[in-house]
Amino acid sequence: MSASALAIELAWWQQTVLRSVGMLVAVLIPAGTLVYVFLFKMMSFMQSRLGPMEAGPYGSMQLLAEVGKWIQKEDIVPWRADRRLFAMAPYIVVASVFLVLAAVPFGPDAWFTNLDVGIFYVLAVASISVIGILIAGWSSANKYSLLGGLRAAGQLIAYELPMVLAVVGVVIQAGTLNLQQIVAAQHEGEIFGIGAIGNPFIFTQLIGFFIFVVAMQAELAQAPFDMPIAESELVSGYMTEYSGMRFLLFFIAEFATAGAFAAVAATLFLGGWAVPGLPLDAGYMNVVGPIVVLVKIMLVAFLVFWVRFTYPRFREDQLQQLAWKILIPLSLVNILATMALKVAF
Amino acid sequence: MPPAPKVPGLVKGLGVTLKTMGRTMFPARGIKTLIPAPSKGAATVQYPHEKETPAPRARGVIALKEENCTVCMLCARSCPDWCIYIEGHKETAPPRRPGGKPRTVNKLDRFDIDYALCMYCGICVEVCPFDALFWSPEYEYSELRLADLLHDKERLGEWMQAVPDFEPYEAGSEQKVRKVPR
Repeated sequence: MSASALAIELAWWQQTVLRSVGMLVAVLIPAGTLVYVFLFKMMSFMQSRLGPMEAGPYGSMQLLAEVGKWIQKEDIVPWRADRRLFAMAPYIVVASVFLVLAAVPFGPDAWFTNLDVGIFYVLAVASISVIGILIAGWSSANKYSLLGGLRAAGQLIAYELPMVLAVVGVVIQAGTLNLQQIVAAQHEGEIFGIGAIGNPFIFTQLIGFFIFVVAMQAELAQAPFDMPIAESELVSGYMTEYSGMRFLLFFIAEFATAGAFAAVAATLFLGGWAVPGLPLDAGYMNVVGPIVVLVKIMLVAFLVFWVRFTYPRFREDQLQQLAWKILIPLSLVNILATMALKVAF
Repeated sequence: MPPAPKVPGLVKGLGVTLKTMGRTMFPARGIKTLIPAPSKGAATVQYPHEKETPAPRARGVIALKEENCTVCMLCARSCPDWCIYIEGHKETAPPRRPGGKPRTVNKLDRFDIDYALCMYCGICVEVCPFDALFWSPEYEYSELRLADLLHDKERLGEWMQAVPDFEPYEAGSEQKVRKVPR
């Protein structure tokens, strides 16, 4: 959070502490909410069962119990594993989530960094997790981990492209890379002369949104794209040898990344923290904004997890074909159409 | 090139999961539909709090009718993982009719089933020629110590109380319905 939001001057270390706490909140609150609402409850209801019910009312404390359990467990490192890399890998994956969320705005002053090349930076640091996953797969000294790591690398690189190309459409339309200004462009824009709800780019960039969500699903390795985890053939992919705290880090990273990507999708396509009809620079938007973003995160994540709990896994070649033969040409056509329409109007 | 994915089928799949979620969360009909009541809508039960009655012929635990056992050892020999332990001795019993010879009968000293090993195949129940072994639908006999899963003949005899009567076969069957000795 920037200091001006609080209207008091803070020392640099105080700002740093506030920012660190805010970052932890921004990473852990969406991740925990996603796990409880979607993984525990929505999945159970879709399978006509109740899910966790014992820890707290309706099992709401289940996640705390799980975290307590994982922290207590022994941290096992395989004998032939490359110890230093093995220990480092989960931190690299988690770090990429923190770096992504650092650029996402939550209000007029509620941001961690306000980069001019915001979305470019987000897409760049989101790819760092691939390195962590590849390191985890390689250093585990396990054939399942290695295969999982390689599959993850192949998949994440393949789906990075449609994701970037889908974002280009939004960038062309907004005319800026800065996430704050993309939010403003959606707030102030109008469709067919009607400006009552602004112009969330999901209306004009529907294809882009579709491609972004599919690519996001693949980046998160959620169900139809869970070849890297593929528990029926690869045990647990690159996470096979991890236990205790380090497994917990991978688990948090998975759902925090879901939250971070959903936040980026909400900012790019759903209008971000802005509420139609409310002024953009009002002070109270610093409080309302994060809540609006959380609601929009839940909307996007609902799509992702709904698809996850419905479809079975793609085969590796089908998965690559979907990326290279369908999504990338489609997103290129989308860019061309956006360019043409931008020039025409 | 594999066949193109069928889009209507994919959408239908999403509808199935969404409908199941709706039916689980809002099971009531009419005006009460809007009140979420997942604990009524779910197909499962919350086990320690509420219990389902198992089907009458459920394979819960094997019960022993001690008087019918002749220590023939067929069950122990046919058991795939050797979890039945039988010991017995011979006794002389008075003749059935006056003036007859005294009979020798086998008396059971020990009949243990180790449920830590048992795999519930039911071969012992099938093979018993003297109606001494039965399936009982009781299932709550977990123990904190592994050794306590070894049920002796008294414990196995207690399970007899829960053995249900055999159900009549379907109409037209020549098979005679067996009776459970009480």
